[in-house]
Amino acid sequence: MQATYAASVPAGDYADDELLAKALSAREPGAFEFLLDRYHGQLLRLARQYVPSDAVADEVVQETWLAVIQGVDRFEHRSSLKTWLFRILLNTARTHGVKEKRSTPVAMTVDDDEPAVEPSRFRRFSLRGRGQWKVPPQPWSDPEMSALAGETLATIDAAIAKLTPDQQRVITLRDVLGCSAAEVCDLLELSDSNQRVLLHRARSKVRAAVEQKYAEGVQ
Amino acid sequence: MSATAYVCRQFVEDVTAYLEGALPDAVVVLVDLHLADCPHCREYLAQMRRTVEMTGALTEHDVDTMPDDVRRRLLRAFLESDQ
Repeated sequence: MQATYAASVPAGDYADDELLAKALSAREPGAFEFLLDRYHGQLLRLARQYVPSDAVADEVVQETWLAVIQGVDRFEHRSSLKTWLFRILLNTARTHGVKEKRSTPVAMTVDDDEPAVEPSRFRRFSLRGRGQWKVPPQPWSDPEMSALAGETLATIDAAIAKLTPDQQRVITLRDVLGCSAAEVCDLLELSDSNQRVLLHRARSKVRAAVEQKYAEGVQ
Repeated sequence: MSATAYVCRQFVEDVTAYLEGALPDAVVVLVDLHLADCPHCREYLAQMRRTVEMTGALTEHDVDTMPDDVRRRLLRAFLESDQ
């Protein structure tokens, strides 16, 4: 039986969307396993931002996979396979989210009154130096950074968890899962500038968290 | 606005737009002039880049493996869906 499942496309070529889609249409098990291996964790990450518990996230992702299976022959190359998967996940998660978690308003509001860096870290009263660093960022040295790598990742994860839901979704799609700005705007129905502001708030807070962690670490 | 009017406090708000290539050319010129002059903002920029890079490494440490029975069930559904 094993022989009938032998993939006609070498696994390496699954990285190419077109070949992967073809292999999926031909029901090559290797192609689907490639999808599972590559995207299951990513889908879970995304799902967790929409639903209240890991258990529900698991459910959402399984439903997503079933929807992917049903829709696999309808994949059109208008987007990458990855964004196509993410879109199915988001649609599935939103229906669960509405049912099981207080829904967030569809129109995301961007709070513009959130400084990237504590205002007290800039000079305010010197006429010439106004707006310049008073407490500048301390250099992150590579060896110490690497020594703290595991902790740094945990710090980043925790910092992301503390962001507003819309900031979380944007930074996760952009920086964790590697989508482009255009893909994120499309997936989350955001304008260019809103996407950017949300990303900016998110990244600024994550940087600040790493800075703080690092300052504690080197003491 | 002269180059000296561009301050660090503004840079930390513009940094993402700068990295995204979304700033108007005239502002990019101001930012570049400022960066050439300000080691602290260069450090800040480096930290933002580093932060993005490290954030991108998060999934490498994900250990969300799918339970075997779920995996088998999905694979079966996939193979049987070709009708």
